[in-house]
Amino acid sequence: MSIDKDKIKHISKLARISVDEKKIDSLTKDLSSIFKFIEKLNELKTDNIEPLSSILDEPLRLRKDEINDGKIREKILENSPQKNEEFFVVPKVIE
Amino acid sequence: MPDITKKSLTEIISLIKKKEVKSEEITQSFIKNIDSDKKLNSFITNCSEQALEKAKNFDKNPNLQTLLPGVPLAVKDLFCTEGVKTTAGSKMLENFIPNYESTITKNLWNEGAFLLGKLNCDEYAMGSSNETSYYGNVMNPIAENTVPGGSSGGSASALAADLTPTTIGTDTGGSIRQPASFTGTVGLKPTYGLCSRWGIVAFASSLDQAGPMTKTVEDCALMLEAMAGFDEKDSTSINKKKENYSKKLTDNIKGLKIGIPKEYRVDGMPKEIDQLWENGKKILKDSGAEIIDISLPNTKYALPTYYIVAPAEASSNLARYDGVKYGFRSSKGKNLIEMYENTRSEGFGDEVKRRILIGTYVLSSGYYDAYYIKAQKVRQLIKNDFDQSFKKVDAILTPSTPSAAFKIGEKKDDPISMYLNDIFTVPVNLAGIPAISIPAGTDSNNYPLGLQLIGKPLDEQKLLNIAYAAEKKINFKQNLQRWWEK
Repeated sequence: MSIDKDKIKHISKLARISVDEKKIDSLTKDLSSIFKFIEKLNELKTDNIEPLSSILDEPLRLRKDEINDGKIREKILENSPQKNEEFFVVPKVIE
Repeated sequence: MPDITKKSLTEIISLIKKKEVKSEEITQSFIKNIDSDKKLNSFITNCSEQALEKAKNFDKNPNLQTLLPGVPLAVKDLFCTEGVKTTAGSKMLENFIPNYESTITKNLWNEGAFLLGKLNCDEYAMGSSNETSYYGNVMNPIAENTVPGGSSGGSASALAADLTPTTIGTDTGGSIRQPASFTGTVGLKPTYGLCSRWGIVAFASSLDQAGPMTKTVEDCALMLEAMAGFDEKDSTSINKKKENYSKKLTDNIKGLKIGIPKEYRVDGMPKEIDQLWENGKKILKDSGAEIIDISLPNTKYALPTYYIVAPAEASSNLARYDGVKYGFRSSKGKNLIEMYENTRSEGFGDEVKRRILIGTYVLSSGYYDAYYIKAQKVRQLIKNDFDQSFKKVDAILTPSTPSAAFKIGEKKDDPISMYLNDIFTVPVNLAGIPAISIPAGTDSNNYPLGLQLIGKPLDEQKLLNIAYAAEKKINFKQNLQRWWEK
């Protein structure tokens, strides 16, 4: 599997990370060598192996859906980069 | 009294309990050492003032019935601390002040300890040298311009330099054990699910585990006791009774079977590491353990598997950093999507972006089966290798790392050579089992080297006992020149 510039642009679009044109060559080189490294796994036959889904023996627990730490709206909003009263503010979405 | 900051945690607690020293005195001594942290750069946030306040309050009405009475300690800056900035080593969280406390730190405070500061680490715990931190390199106290390992590099450095009597880190692929090995300290990665992950900034949720970093094995047992326990807030927390690791600690390991996996002898490993391993075998044999050759045939596939699974989980965990609810937001971008893209481009460092891109790719349509599912199959094989081996042995002995600490910048431009640092530690995370690294010798530069003991799930007591027996016979002495104080 080779990684080229177009692929990098496609993945970065999916990941919502804008990639600096100046860095795209070195990124392509790094990712190519990393994928070459991880493709070592293709040596191994795994047709009859079940993929691991959890490292724990027990199934995941469910808990009751109860509010136990609410009423901290003000505190939560304090960490927001931009807010207006009790709302998070984002760039305009609808014209 | 000789310098109290050089003492083990257990010795310090004993002095507090005997009322021979006050918490304030201890706290002052560590604060004085922290003042010389400039060159080491192990702290991101210094909480000296609040710590002194807490120490004075403790001294007024000391409760000596707890595990860590009046103990000041600094923690990796990946643990959320209520009202204290938590950066995860990233620009993205430069101004993030959590309004909740991680379960692990809360457990420590409930046992009488209090916060001394937040320690530097690789950005989002992604790195093996602490060079990916937005807050700068950390230096290893063993020598100038030498890395402390990573990602818990600030923790290891601060501990070895006597800036904190004990600390905690997190280990996703070796991030506790490798820096412990590089700095001549003890580091334990517990069984997946033993220590709560709630309130720890997430990297790869099926691999992340918090654990203690200490000067001695005895301290390690005590810290694990304080940290471990069931937590309803973590859906993968194991519901089991608390154990008294420190009380049950013994160096009697007669009759235990120790496995030596032949696949851990890798090309180009310095001969000192081979000697160290041989010496480890001899010491355990002399202590009455039986040495057995074993095979973990899929070991060589562990790193490639890890570099699919960990980035995949990271890419979904880090999707939350969108510049809306908390953290950094870019001022550039005409619309919402551009704001997201610029925020994530400017807020994350190169290594984090690299891993998000790898993860996004291996999870993307058309590649999911070829990479992610393939990796989870191999992960099952790696786990099976350990399950098979533990039918024959009680624990496994290996070197902790394939080399001693290296120079800052030495491996920075080659991600693969950096990743190879974790070749002996990564399989343990993939299998969810516990492992401890203890200082065991030095290389030709006199830099510390560690030995790793790997155990069965939830068999931390036995691991600690074997490490305790080995530690006594190895008698490793840290000999620091304290160059950073000059």
